[in-house]
Amino acid sequence: MIVTSALIIWKGLMCVTGSESPVVVVLSGSMEPGFKRGDILFLHMSKDPIRAGEIVVFNVDGRKIPIVHRVIKVHEHEDTGEVDVLTKGDNNFGDDRLLYAHGQLWLHRHHIMGRAVGFLPYVGWVTIIMTEKPIIKYLLIGALGLVVITSKE
Amino acid sequence: MHSFGYRANALLTFAVTLLALICAMSSLSDNLNSPSPSSHVKVLNINWFQKSTQGNDEVSMTMNISANLQSLFTWNTKQVFVFLAAEYETPQNSLNQVSLWDGIIPSKEHAKFWIHTTNKYRFTDQGSNLQGKEFNLTLHWHVMPKTGKMFADKIVMSGFSLPVEYR
Repeated sequence: MIVTSALIIWKGLMCVTGSESPVVVVLSGSMEPGFKRGDILFLHMSKDPIRAGEIVVFNVDGRKIPIVHRVIKVHEHEDTGEVDVLTKGDNNFGDDRLLYAHGQLWLHRHHIMGRAVGFLPYVGWVTIIMTEKPIIKYLLIGALGLVVITSKE
Repeated sequence: MHSFGYRANALLTFAVTLLALICAMSSLSDNLNSPSPSSHVKVLNINWFQKSTQGNDEVSMTMNISANLQSLFTWNTKQVFVFLAAEYETPQNSLNQVSLWDGIIPSKEHAKFWIHTTNKYRFTDQGSNLQGKEFNLTLHWHVMPKTGKMFADKIVMSGFSLPVEYR
């Protein structure tokens, strides 16, 4: 019941926001005090051009985990409309060029998965605990299974 | 039917629904606020202006930034992120936005500020187009809520220009 409704909400959000993963969990403290570890961000992927100040979620070649940081520089090319974007975490001292692939100076449109539009605190802790302490996940699944088996209705 | 498990489940569902509703309502209540922020920026000095070894123009300048963003704060505001960006057009680029300074305002008491600063981030062009360039300084703000939708807006201040010669 809970699982099905969660799946329905997830798929519904996918349709509404047009982003392949409409929700991300903040995993690092690089955007503190705005976003803390365990907070949830709702993403939106629209055709609107990327502008400075927006908080974007991007993938870097050679890194598995996407990063949530703020755009601080934008250069939009006249002829192609392609954008060069530089990002920085609010809580980091320097910009993100050190995080990008070796020799990469700018992010481009295809690196960006979406921009953050909404915010919900703490809820992401559930997934962080599940992934970092898998024993709790198995205990939970076991307990639920036990309830299903022993219920008499 | 009225077992412990059943009641606990009903209570949990009710609590979560209520919490979600309160979050949604506090986010919606932000729409009732119609802020009227103000800002003023003065470029005091161009410290240096040169072409780097990569061939990109770079400027260092000293500015006075004053702003009153108190009206942006509501009961659902965690912080306001504010930054000043130089915005200009060049023959190759239809838009260039370069962030020069930023700050985090944690509370309403700190939202009326005055700061004397050089640019925190490098003011570098893509190429060499900054001589005599006219640009806008735009104060952007990004309201981060305790929960819900984030808001952003800006004030554009125009009429700034860079010197014709490197110095």
